[in-house]
Amino acid sequence: MSNLGLGSLGIASIIAFFMGAVIVIQTASNIDSAWIPEYTIGFTARQSIILEFSPTILALILAGKIGSAVASEIGTMRVTEQIDALEIMGVNSASYLITPKIIAAVVINPLLVIISIFLSLLGGWIAGTMNGSVSTYTYVYGLQYDFDSFSLVYALIKTMFFAFAMTSIPAYHGYYTSGGALEVGRSSTKGVVYSSICILIMNYVLTQLMLS
Amino acid sequence: MYINNELCFNTINVELIELQNISKSFGETEVLKDVSATFYPGKTNLIIGASGSGKTTLAKCIVGLTEPTAGHVLFTGEDFHSMKFKQKKTVRKEIGFLFQGSALFDSMTVEENITFTLSMFSNMSIEEQLDRANFCLQRTNLENVNQLYPAELSGGMKKRVAIARAIAMKPKYLFCDEPNSGLDPQTAAVIDNLIKEITEEYHMTTVVVTHDMNSVIEIGDNIIFIYKGEKWWEGSRDAILKTDNQEVVNFVYASKFMKTLRK
Repeated sequence: MSNLGLGSLGIASIIAFFMGAVIVIQTASNIDSAWIPEYTIGFTARQSIILEFSPTILALILAGKIGSAVASEIGTMRVTEQIDALEIMGVNSASYLITPKIIAAVVINPLLVIISIFLSLLGGWIAGTMNGSVSTYTYVYGLQYDFDSFSLVYALIKTMFFAFAMTSIPAYHGYYTSGGALEVGRSSTKGVVYSSICILIMNYVLTQLMLS
Repeated sequence: MYINNELCFNTINVELIELQNISKSFGETEVLKDVSATFYPGKTNLIIGASGSGKTTLAKCIVGLTEPTAGHVLFTGEDFHSMKFKQKKTVRKEIGFLFQGSALFDSMTVEENITFTLSMFSNMSIEEQLDRANFCLQRTNLENVNQLYPAELSGGMKKRVAIARAIAMKPKYLFCDEPNSGLDPQTAAVIDNLIKEITEEYHMTTVVVTHDMNSVIEIGDNIIFIYKGEKWWEGSRDAILKTDNQEVVNFVYASKFMKTLRK
């Protein structure tokens, strides 16, 4: 949990902060009509960040980081016979190696997403107030405007599904690696690519089921 | 059975490993052909043969890492491959395996590697586990390495840690896959002697897969020669030096050193 969670906190925080900043700047620069209220900037930032950017973009980035780490770790254990050693000891190697990683990711990723949402909104506020496109009061008003707490539930449920995909798929590819270092690299790549595709498909299906 | 009447065992309640007509194919390729053999407790049983002859596959079939296409593996009279999962698990707890590359867990210290099975499968307290780990390390002539990681050890030390891990659970069966590969002659001799000593000391049924003739001469009590997937020859270390079986002679006397020795 420490490896998958704390190890990803730095990259998740940096991405979230700048993602929020860019969303606010872009939203502000695209509002060129006097009929659109200024608080739309905060409102749009909140909706984009909670519904899509924090859970999905973060999941895709973490699929690269965590997915490659999981696939290469398990793949290396396979080609160096460490998994065979576990099997001979009478340990269920798949359960012993993979289950804790899935549980850790499913538990820790929602926390990362909550931190990411907070930092994105913070980044947006700093960028928006620094370039003068929105005042603090208007930005906060936009964040609070017409808030539906279900959007947070939706984001966290999505995150748990994504966390499952980003660990189980690379773990599968790592576990069934055969050969040497080259194959470990291939397994790692396959794990990242397939888990990313799976996240995108899951995102579509879950959005259709929960929001339509 | 054979061997100058030396290896006569009452098979009841003795930790014998019996192979009955083991065959293994990978697709169209037949790697093992109808191999039958018996491995005896308290003796160092060697499976020897050229690279690619099928000896490692045979060892993997015995411990269940590979399922044989046909045949039976009997541990103390019980067919391993027809056992249920729980029964297999019980047998596996009695098996120690020394892998060619040591297969130590990279993320664990030497001490954690050795106490791993104890923490998983024994009722020992942490203090007892550490005592056992220290005993096994002392037995394999290793000191002050408890907190080191496998990456910090030399090849010979890794092998000795792997042996310490293999004997931690006091196994009845010890398997060693190419225990001397990549080691210098002196360290190889140390490992060979260690395997022989602990085999006799704990009366284990030890099976060593090797193509190292030094090991054959040093520790080979009961030797099985595999040639192109078949059991070609069986005998003692004295017998292998005197045999006139052409394939065995070609294998044993392949090096100039052995040829000189023969003259």
